[in-house]
Amino acid sequence: MKDTANHYNPYGDDKVIAACSIFGMMDTSGRRFSGVDITKAIANMHDRGNGLGGGFGVYGIYPEHADHYALHIMYEDKLTQRDVEDFLRDNFHVAFAEEVPTRRAAAIKSPPIVWRYFVYPNSRRPADRSNDDYVVELVMKINTGFRDACVFSSGRNMGVFKGVGYPEEISEYFRLEEYEGYLWTAHGRFPTNSKGWWGGAHPFSILDWTVVHNGEISSYGINRRFLEMFGYICTMHTDTEVVAYAVDLLLRRHGLPIEAAAKVMAPPLWSHIDRLPDNEQALYKSLRQVYSSLLLNGPFTIIVAHEGEMIGLTDRIRLRPLTAGVKGDVLYLSSEESAIRLICPDLDKTWTPMGGEPIIGRLKTNKEGKAVTIEECAVA
Amino acid sequence: MLKTYLPARFIVERNASRCIQCQVCVRQCGFDVHYYDEEDDEVRARDERCVACHRCVVFCPTNALTIRKNPLDYRENFNWRGEAIEDIIKQSETGGILLTGMGNDKSYPIYWDKLVLNASQVTNPSIDPLREPMELRTYLGRRPDKVEVDWETGKLNTRLTPLVPLEVPVMFSAISYGAISLNVHESLARAASEAGTLWNTGEGGLHKKLYKYGSNTIVQVASGRFGVHPGYLDAARVVEIKIGQGAKPGIGGHLPGEKVSAEVAATRMIPMGTDALSPAPHHDIYSIEDLSQLIYALKEATNYTKPVSVKIAAVHNAAAIASGIVRAGADIVAIDGIRGATGAAPKIIRDNVGIPIELALASVDQRLREEGIRNQASVVVAGGIRNSADVVKAIALGADAVYIGTAALISIGCHVCQACYTGRCSWGIATTDSYLAKRINPDIASHRLVNLLRAWSHEIKEMLGGMGVNALESLRGNRLHLRGVGLTDTELEILGVRMAGS
Repeated sequence: MKDTANHYNPYGDDKVIAACSIFGMMDTSGRRFSGVDITKAIANMHDRGNGLGGGFGVYGIYPEHADHYALHIMYEDKLTQRDVEDFLRDNFHVAFAEEVPTRRAAAIKSPPIVWRYFVYPNSRRPADRSNDDYVVELVMKINTGFRDACVFSSGRNMGVFKGVGYPEEISEYFRLEEYEGYLWTAHGRFPTNSKGWWGGAHPFSILDWTVVHNGEISSYGINRRFLEMFGYICTMHTDTEVVAYAVDLLLRRHGLPIEAAAKVMAPPLWSHIDRLPDNEQALYKSLRQVYSSLLLNGPFTIIVAHEGEMIGLTDRIRLRPLTAGVKGDVLYLSSEESAIRLICPDLDKTWTPMGGEPIIGRLKTNKEGKAVTIEECAVA
Repeated sequence: MLKTYLPARFIVERNASRCIQCQVCVRQCGFDVHYYDEEDDEVRARDERCVACHRCVVFCPTNALTIRKNPLDYRENFNWRGEAIEDIIKQSETGGILLTGMGNDKSYPIYWDKLVLNASQVTNPSIDPLREPMELRTYLGRRPDKVEVDWETGKLNTRLTPLVPLEVPVMFSAISYGAISLNVHESLARAASEAGTLWNTGEGGLHKKLYKYGSNTIVQVASGRFGVHPGYLDAARVVEIKIGQGAKPGIGGHLPGEKVSAEVAATRMIPMGTDALSPAPHHDIYSIEDLSQLIYALKEATNYTKPVSVKIAAVHNAAAIASGIVRAGADIVAIDGIRGATGAAPKIIRDNVGIPIELALASVDQRLREEGIRNQASVVVAGGIRNSADVVKAIALGADAVYIGTAALISIGCHVCQACYTGRCSWGIATTDSYLAKRINPDIASHRLVNLLRAWSHEIKEMLGGMGVNALESLRGNRLHLRGVGLTDTELEILGVRMAGS
């Protein structure tokens, strides 16, 4: 029996309320591009943040280590680093490790030590556990078991870069113009009661799932307690973390398609479900009945990404902004249209999605080589 | 007969300049307090019989009546207060167990009053329920861990066990026919049907006249098995096994033979005028595996079409018991706290056995979560819920819904005089005397009950909107929306709630 009540954080009041800017761009043809444009776009929404957190998620950046889990870990001191590295060597085969290259940036004060490790589960993985589950479990162990160490990125062929500062400063510090990916997300943060912790910046990530989030999740208390039943322990001092875990639970572990997961997090009203045809009604009803504790309530816009897919979603009454834009193969999602226009003045189209309606971008050929389109809404 | 040593508890004051000797009070009093002295042409009172139910006060056309507490001052003594002295006098005169009615009236802490709610300011917007949708719908029953769908065909592979919708998370508590009149049962049934919630038959069976409200009815199966037969189970939406009751944990129900009228006897399937005494335990349940057998026997009998609830009194190890109940196959766990009411219970038990529902609820919800089985059953709580804020706090602590009994009876006239066990209820509620029972008109009473639920729904929506959520499920178990005031660290820890200001 898990003793979640005696966890170091018995009241679960880690929620940090924040307002933010978010931006996502994806080339659905799979073409990779640098972090220059997205840095420019997110910087254009400078005033939506207050310099207490910025970050980026990039997909397709480590093709040379595509089979390995890329762990990005921040440390407060060398001693912790040594302990964690011992732990890594005990539990993983470590193919390659290096300090994440940075450049001195005037605005970045007292940064932590940030390293990355390309790892693969070793023979310690129990036979009944998948590689992914094993990695999740060990990431949780490091984040709860080692003081002053935080694994903030753990997916394959992707990476999260984040810290305390404006997003454009974080981009400069981590030299993001030198990376190339086919999908980028970015976040500028305006926390109202943060202690300026690097791990608290967005995106939040587990395996290759990343979430950037603008809003306050008023249902955090129950979302978190529900996820605890499935082994997720919230450690990041922010409500966004529950979105990442909810997405991991619904999509990876329970096998729901993203459209259905969106309908769990922002479900249609009961009065709407009651009017649907029988088979759809049964589906939506079941989703809402079983996952009622994962309804994300309160104002939010999120951009969730994982390998080959980017999803934008607002709460069901759209209390936070989201604008979508398309130019050729590229899908843009942003808090403000101006940020999209700045880097792509001649969009094919731009629109404001309805509350609770997911905007989904997929690589044009997915793993099975099946063609899919940029924008597919809802299961129905 | 020896004169009782018991002083009158209340004094009936009649304003002579207002009284018109109309004798309404004489006819209204179920306890024969008022009488008319023909010789003097004057209405008088036998104060010692008054229970302060206020029926005469409310119905006096000239507002001539006042009931006062008898200001009898015993010599000051913190240990030997009036109640302790009078209980001994009563027992010395009768040699029996003291009976009482309604819920525990002692000064145990009421934790609802030490919990305060949150509201949105600036960082997230509050939601206005008059302008935006606000959802209270709740489903009771067992849920699987996940939904499985064949996404190619859109076919649901997960078949959910029956779930029962409530449009407002407030149900009417189990009160048996016999303890209350048929008119009250009908009022509850009609109100539940109109408001989209459930009422509970209690352990006295379901009168034939009320089968048509079956889809809003919870039928109870208690240790006495009164009125239990296939038609009874088939009529219901939910079947509830009554193990215990908050007012009298550890003992069975008592219905004195005086209340067993022909209709009550027919419904309970017992001879008229016999005492209907439920055994303390179910004699086929001496352990948790026996409970599991009864749960599945009822599911088999109803062809798995109805959730099965198990109701227990909140006792010291409620959390472990609830866990066992869920693992035994129950779809709903109902917990009745120390302030839960009764039609008749030994006073000594009502006042001393059990634990406050707030603490039981918090520990049950937490325990079921720690074991990863919270979604396998709904949790319903009962026992002293007074208003919509109590409901909201219960849901934030982790309840799926609440039962109200006393509150429902108050809405149709009850003044909580605690004399239900006498069967002489002047309000026509806790009686089967036809002269008294016809005072409840189901048309009016059901309307009052629906009004109460409607008022509470509006208030719940306002509170939810203030917290910035527009669906009740986002508050359920969300203890971050609660803060404690005036509680010790241990109390806060058990409630899983932080101190206000932190």
